[in-house]
Amino acid sequence: MADFSVQTSNAQSQAGKRALRWGLYLMLGVFAIFYLMPLFVMVMTSLKSLDEIRTGDLISLPREVTFDAWRTAWSGACTGIQCEGMRPYFWNSVLIAIPGVLISTLLGAMNGYVISQWNFRGANIIFSLMLFGCFIPFQVVLLPMARVLGMMGIAGTIPGLIFVHVIYGLGFTTLFFRNYYVTIPSELTKAAKVDGAGFFRIFWSIFLPLSIPIIVVTVIWQFTQIWNDFLFGVSFSQAGTQPVTVALNNIVNSTTGVKEYNVDMAAAIIAALPTLFVYVVAGKYFVRGLTAGSVKG
Amino acid sequence: MSPILEINNLYKSYGFTEILKDVNVSIEQGDFLVLVGPSGCGKSTLLNCIAGLEPITSGDLHIDGRNMTNVSPKDRDIAMVFQSYALYPTMTVAKNITFGMKVRGVDQATQDEKLAYVAQQLQIEPLLKRKPGQLSGGQRQRVAMGRALVRDPKLFLFDEPLSNLDAKLRVEMRTELKALHQRLGASMVYVTHDQIEAMTLATKIVVMKGGVIQQMGTPAEIYNRPANLFVADFMGSPAMNLIPAKTRAKGGEVHIEITRPNAEPIILTDANNGDLPQDVIIGVRPEHIADANAQNGEMQAAECLIDIVEPAGADTYAVMQLGGKHVTARLSSETTATAGVAQKLTFDLGKVSYFSPETGLRLN
Repeated sequence: MADFSVQTSNAQSQAGKRALRWGLYLMLGVFAIFYLMPLFVMVMTSLKSLDEIRTGDLISLPREVTFDAWRTAWSGACTGIQCEGMRPYFWNSVLIAIPGVLISTLLGAMNGYVISQWNFRGANIIFSLMLFGCFIPFQVVLLPMARVLGMMGIAGTIPGLIFVHVIYGLGFTTLFFRNYYVTIPSELTKAAKVDGAGFFRIFWSIFLPLSIPIIVVTVIWQFTQIWNDFLFGVSFSQAGTQPVTVALNNIVNSTTGVKEYNVDMAAAIIAALPTLFVYVVAGKYFVRGLTAGSVKG
Repeated sequence: MSPILEINNLYKSYGFTEILKDVNVSIEQGDFLVLVGPSGCGKSTLLNCIAGLEPITSGDLHIDGRNMTNVSPKDRDIAMVFQSYALYPTMTVAKNITFGMKVRGVDQATQDEKLAYVAQQLQIEPLLKRKPGQLSGGQRQRVAMGRALVRDPKLFLFDEPLSNLDAKLRVEMRTELKALHQRLGASMVYVTHDQIEAMTLATKIVVMKGGVIQQMGTPAEIYNRPANLFVADFMGSPAMNLIPAKTRAKGGEVHIEITRPNAEPIILTDANNGDLPQDVIIGVRPEHIADANAQNGEMQAAECLIDIVEPAGADTYAVMQLGGKHVTARLSSETTATAGVAQKLTFDLGKVSYFSPETGLRLN
């Protein structure tokens, strides 16, 4: 009797578990569709001709696949009076993002190394202040930054934009590296000192080789931030040095008469591709690196 | 010849907290100095001061006659082995061992030659291409040792190097370390909180507490003639029995009276120590209380009620109540001692220590 009742309750809980599992999948499926729908619409629209867009359904597949819109977006779309497409601005963004990412990552690593491993008076205060820098909204620094760039003579130039992004990213990169390096026992530094290594030697030979996971995290984070930035890009650039985000805005907003949705969509995808690429290639390191500090290496 | 390490009036403080107070140490070439004490006694800080990893607040420090007080670690001609081993995780074992030479610009041929020699000495040749993450605790320990050996320094420093190993391996490595010291004839300073390690390895022991040196001496001196109650209690396992007692002088001899629960006090007679205050703490090592049949002229017998008997293989420990304390006797394994039964035991008064209950200092 007792056995029987236990069995039925087991069977019930089995069925309950299965129902729960399916409910979970259903929910996840719905969310996935919800998130993927905009991308789907963008890709489909970018592959259609304008006629088809006007007559067809938003989510239908293209009757005839054409890459004309992509070609126009890349090299022919007009931003104001110039009609060179996204291409020059895409390269501007590359020229800003790559040095910006490298410099801010390297400086962040150095800062984190100093703050976590070379105890000096006020190290914690300096770290707190840098951390505070992470929470200052972009808008607050716009005017002072414009003054500083002017005084330095790099206003409206690509080096100027690199400078802005390095300064603004330093708080984050320092935080990442500092939190990673505090988990490394100080005996490692001591051993290296006894071995005769100096400040930079210890950094290059011992700490940087240890930092691959956190470097990946920082590079993804900084690349995404710098590539996707619009406010600094629009504020501190001039014609010829604008990044891809600003160009996208100009293409979408400066059409005359007919709205070329397919070109707009293609341009938007072009602007988003590099960050998408970085995530796909290094995404698993990103997740691994974010939790790297919490486990013993 | 000047001492290999000489420390004079060393003080070390962090802010207002004094970590080390008036430390004076001197060792000769070939000495194995062990700094021992409970955690927080400042022994590791002292080692870091010797290494130059912590600045000294005042005092001075000489290595082989040269004043090293303000010299950076790399120029002190020392090598150090750390508790966590501190191997460079991204380098192979070979690179770990040669890193110091590489930094100092030693040519490749010499590097290879020294690496081969050290690897052979420590039997780690098969490990040279591995990374530290692929090694066991004992192997990492050997590599850390190799990194120090390859430098051939004036002074080796060890910061609790065996404390992360399991018990069996620790004993093995202890023996190996001792053999290594004898073979190399090198000067070593070794920090540990394990008093057995201190006894077995040292040629000279410094017992520390609260940043102050309690006693410095050979292992035998420390063990047989502890300078105060702290040293007496800390060194030796099981610990020295410290029994409160009253003394009465009687014609050049001293009668020592130890109270017992529900029985007459034990009266022992010490002919060698005439000049003792009335209240003392008598310190008796467990091995100096024995079964009465093992006779010796200086020993005196008393019937004692045994509370607990703990056989430990080679020895049997018997615990009783004397002077309000648990007292442990180390008897032979053939003892007839039984819990709850009185046993005639002898006390070897030739080897006891007397301490003042007020100051804790040694009296005899």
